[in-house]
Amino acid sequence: MLFQLLSFLIIFPLCIAALAFINRKASAFAPLVYTGAGMLILASLMLLSIPLGGKTVMIPAHITWAEPVILISEIAISAFLLFLALKRKDIVVSSLVVASAGLLFWFYFGPGHAAHAENNLFLDPFSVIMGLIVGMIGSLIAVYAVGYMKDFCKHHREIPDRRPVFFGIIFLFLSAMFGVCFSNNLFWLFFFWEITTVCSFLLIGYKGDEPSVKNAFGALRWNMLGGLAFLVGIIYLYMSTGTVELDKALQLPKAVVLLPVVLISFAGMTKSAQLPFSSWLVGAMVAPTPVSALLHSSTMVKAGVYIVLKFAPVLEGTLAGFVVALIGILTFLMGSFICISQTDAKKVLAYSTIANLGLIILCAGVGTYEAVWAGILLIIFHAIAKGLLFLCVGVVEHTIGSRRIEDMSGLIMRMPRVSVMMQVGIAGMFLAPFGMLISKWAVLKALLDYNPFLALFLVFGSSATLFFWVKWIGKLLVIDRPYQKLEAKVSKDQMFALGTLTVLTILMCGFFSHVANTMIEPYVFMIYGKQMEMSAGNVTTMGIMLTMVALFPFSFLDSSRKVKITDAYLAGANTGERSHQFTSSLGGVKDMALKNYYLEDHFPEARLMGLGVGLAILLCVALAVIGGVGCL
Amino acid sequence: MSLITGFLFVVIAPLVGGLLSGIDRKLTARMQGRIGPPLLQPFYDVEKLFQKENLVARHTQNLYMEFFFVMTIFTGALFFSGGDLLLVIFSLTLAGVFFALGGYKASSPYSFIGAQRETLQMMAYEPAVLLVAVGMYMVTKSFQVADIIAYPKPLILDLPGFFLAFFFILAIKFRKSPFDLSTSHHAHQELVKGITTEFSGRTLALIEIAHWYEYVFVLGIGYLFFAWNMWIGLVVTFFLFELIIIIDNAAARVRWQWMVGGAWIIALIAGMGNILYLMLRH
Repeated sequence: MLFQLLSFLIIFPLCIAALAFINRKASAFAPLVYTGAGMLILASLMLLSIPLGGKTVMIPAHITWAEPVILISEIAISAFLLFLALKRKDIVVSSLVVASAGLLFWFYFGPGHAAHAENNLFLDPFSVIMGLIVGMIGSLIAVYAVGYMKDFCKHHREIPDRRPVFFGIIFLFLSAMFGVCFSNNLFWLFFFWEITTVCSFLLIGYKGDEPSVKNAFGALRWNMLGGLAFLVGIIYLYMSTGTVELDKALQLPKAVVLLPVVLISFAGMTKSAQLPFSSWLVGAMVAPTPVSALLHSSTMVKAGVYIVLKFAPVLEGTLAGFVVALIGILTFLMGSFICISQTDAKKVLAYSTIANLGLIILCAGVGTYEAVWAGILLIIFHAIAKGLLFLCVGVVEHTIGSRRIEDMSGLIMRMPRVSVMMQVGIAGMFLAPFGMLISKWAVLKALLDYNPFLALFLVFGSSATLFFWVKWIGKLLVIDRPYQKLEAKVSKDQMFALGTLTVLTILMCGFFSHVANTMIEPYVFMIYGKQMEMSAGNVTTMGIMLTMVALFPFSFLDSSRKVKITDAYLAGANTGERSHQFTSSLGGVKDMALKNYYLEDHFPEARLMGLGVGLAILLCVALAVIGGVGCL
Repeated sequence: MSLITGFLFVVIAPLVGGLLSGIDRKLTARMQGRIGPPLLQPFYDVEKLFQKENLVARHTQNLYMEFFFVMTIFTGALFFSGGDLLLVIFSLTLAGVFFALGGYKASSPYSFIGAQRETLQMMAYEPAVLLVAVGMYMVTKSFQVADIIAYPKPLILDLPGFFLAFFFILAIKFRKSPFDLSTSHHAHQELVKGITTEFSGRTLALIEIAHWYEYVFVLGIGYLFFAWNMWIGLVVTFFLFELIIIIDNAAARVRWQWMVGGAWIIALIAGMGNILYLMLRH
């Protein structure tokens, strides 16, 4: 039953992808996507019904055709990438592809000929969580994309309509993500890992214009480098210990597995866009918004943090783990600071993703039971809220024709429902009692029991996030001129995805202690044998806070009573549109204008990024040295 | 520390806060060579505000401030009932966010700039406040205010650096010079009344009372450093407040760069030094 469910989750999206590739009629793919997404959501929910009992269930899954299929697919992928890279004369990517394919063949037909995994698949509480995130959020994004891409084609006539292929890649991506979460055989894991790299490459380059292709290759470069490190890591693991299995590797003594773990963590950090590799995720913003939503919330970057968190018990208490934690906190700090000066909503979201992933990597590097608990909580909350925010920005961009935060003034009047959902998403990212803040609270606690100096840096990054999120919400509320309502343009499937994610954000906050106790707690206990305490008093307090915040929207119901509306004070005679225009002291009617602070001089993107990359390269060198010394 | 002390805070804090506000005005007047209003003047002012008509520039702007009022009381009650200090700080942030959003919502240039500056002020003081919790946890091994108060030794001796950082941001939190950027109690401001420009009547009264609650709550955090002896704690806390008033009258308002930079650098250096001190001592 369990084997069937897992293989369904991996193979079913593959079938949908194949159908989309074969049948390219524009009328056919929308029902296909809806059905596929619906089935995936149901199937991933069924993961919850599996009684794990706080244990890992191993599944042998010896499929005779699996090895040849994987090998042939890897040949095909390498050939395809090599062809594209050579066509573009990208030496770095071509040599990375050749190196990684060559290494793989050498291994398969040489020393790894007899490599055998006892169990190819597995399921534990953490992979249930990941499966749910991929299945639910990924599918919702696919549903949203149907409506979005219809608009997209209308707005971009110059780009050929290749929507069936687009959706095919998205489902292929989801399939690979399930594969990453459920594989116990590290070579399977690596295979799915590389597919996510290829899918993200294709999706980023979807538009086919120069910036898209350039950024797609940028993403490919870093991820291929990470992939190569991953491959070297698992080959080294096999040669030195004779195992290719995740669960067995985690049982081995730290000194033996440290080098492979460092290499795999390196791969995880490239995939989750940590400094110094962050630029590819920012560049990925050129893609259509559903792609960004997918990359940032439920897939891709989450695969990176998943694998590093998985190896957190190995990193715990090691110098390598400390360096990984330093890279994480550095990324968190720089990402949060850069967000302040960004005017483009998607860039704010991108840098904030990078920052939050930094926090998760920090947790993984620390590796104590409290930190892992906090890290998993961050993955869950971030996936939901960030997915929601990207989808909101996508809708807003298509409706008002801009994604600059400055142009979102009065969104509360123009698009009331979307703007409220956006506010929920933003609140979900930083405000008590929503999820991310609970997670930050847990991170802070974990850091204090590990190394208080790291906590010192955390609080500064955290204050910066407060600033840029508040000014964004503020901008949505500001009414600086009369506005028309525009919301009717948003299609039903987009609204459905937005609404569901909003409800999820709020529900997850309400039921967070339940989720933590039934899903995260068993995993942490299984590995560390320790229980994360969350005092009942604090849960109650957060419940009260949530209730109060939830009551706040209701206060709008009778807001018209007892107030008298007058003109705002504009330091001149209010004229024409009374609260928006005035006669200035120099004469003439002027419009009022309200502009946010971006503090570009104090939080400059290029300089902060340069600083971050420089420091992170030093840390990576340190990591390499530690890993190298560790294996001697 | 229990629900009772939390409840007592809800009842008594506005009285204490109002009195402090009266003392502030009296002291300020004396420093300026005036006689000043009666001690109870703040209460008279608020009472009068309640009788005035409630004028707004935008329909729903008052709701944010009402919520700020409720959340501020909740924050203080949580603190005085001995709750988790980190949650108290997060709740304080939530209240502060609603205050700022009220200013944004009012959508006049003055309230808008005030709101931006209020947000900047929050960014400036948040690290120091969180570091207070960090320091107290390092010494007492608990975030619970009840446990921190019960700690038998004077925390100030262990946490001088964190106290310094906290003292620096007191003026920001009280919205006093040199850091009264978002709004000001006295006419120190060129931005009319900053964030509260568009608020009047009952809502302005609520904002005022919320600030009284804030006075008591923020001084409560200062009290934690001296809590091993209640009387010394109370006296020191009172003088802390007086000191802020004197500085308010002696200092000119600085630019935001100085505020954020100053608060952060002091929090960073003093915090780092204090953490180092605590670690070396063990």
